[in-house]
Amino acid sequence: MTAHDDPTARSGHDHAPGDPFCADALRDLYLYLDRELGPEEVAAVEAHLHDCSPCFEAYDFEAEFRMVISSKGRAPLPPDVRQRLEQMLTDLGVPDTGNGAGPGGPGSPLG
Amino acid sequence: MADQSTFAEQVTPFMAPLYSAALRMTRNPADAEDLVQEAMLRAYRGFGGFTDGSNLKAWLYRILTNTFINQYRARQRRPDETELGEDGAEDLYLFRRIGGLEAARASRSAEDELMDLFTDAEVTDALDALPENFRLPVLLADVEGFSYKEIAEILDIPIGTVMSRLHRGRKALQRALYEFAASRGMATTAAEDPAD
Repeated sequence: MTAHDDPTARSGHDHAPGDPFCADALRDLYLYLDRELGPEEVAAVEAHLHDCSPCFEAYDFEAEFRMVISSKGRAPLPPDVRQRLEQMLTDLGVPDTGNGAGPGGPGSPLG
Repeated sequence: MADQSTFAEQVTPFMAPLYSAALRMTRNPADAEDLVQEAMLRAYRGFGGFTDGSNLKAWLYRILTNTFINQYRARQRRPDETELGEDGAEDLYLFRRIGGLEAARASRSAEDELMDLFTDAEVTDALDALPENFRLPVLLADVEGFSYKEIAEILDIPIGTVMSRLHRGRKALQRALYEFAASRGMATTAAEDPAD
């Protein structure tokens, strides 16, 4: 039994009574943070965040945490490494002359 | 068909992020540079098979990841590298422990607080401590911003596996960071004046 059965629940995203972070709300929160929800679900989550302080605080914290990871988890490229890689690209500047019959490589396009 | 003569121009913007990802994969600057070089060479050779206008970043990361798995991972494998000890790492691990602390400090924005709480080294150490099966999805999602679908394609695993490993990996990451912060004393940040 979840809040989905509660006729007063808004869009099925309210919490189980007494638990500010029921599994449904958390799952939606994570999907929302990962931008993996469709527009209607996004609207429902945002409506809920507007009305629910515990969820909003958790959301706010988790969003900041992700910014911390994304900014501090990215190491700078040392200038000497950049230089060597750029040199390699320059040295590659002459296109392959092997009549296009290369080893194939990981050529399958994505996306 | 992408034109190799445009390779340098198209790939150069990704050089720094690729290196950064390589460093988190190999955990060693020399290996990271070798890995990026090797990946870029493979990308160059395969560039004719890349469809212009499709997802170049994901394509490059797939090559980087495959090169890492095929060439470097075997060297680095440690016996317990695929499992997480997950006792007590629940959802919102960090929020439940320090979220209240944050809200109580009204003098600075909450964003500054959390940024100041962890050093760059602690974040990268915590990432590096994750077993690779969990570190890679977390890197791709949280540092590089790829979608679940893109991560599934880059790692060649099902989307459900991506979600599960992200979920567990992020919890473990939060717990590792909490332990760093706790060992330094959670009550102070760089901003507080010890002379008060």
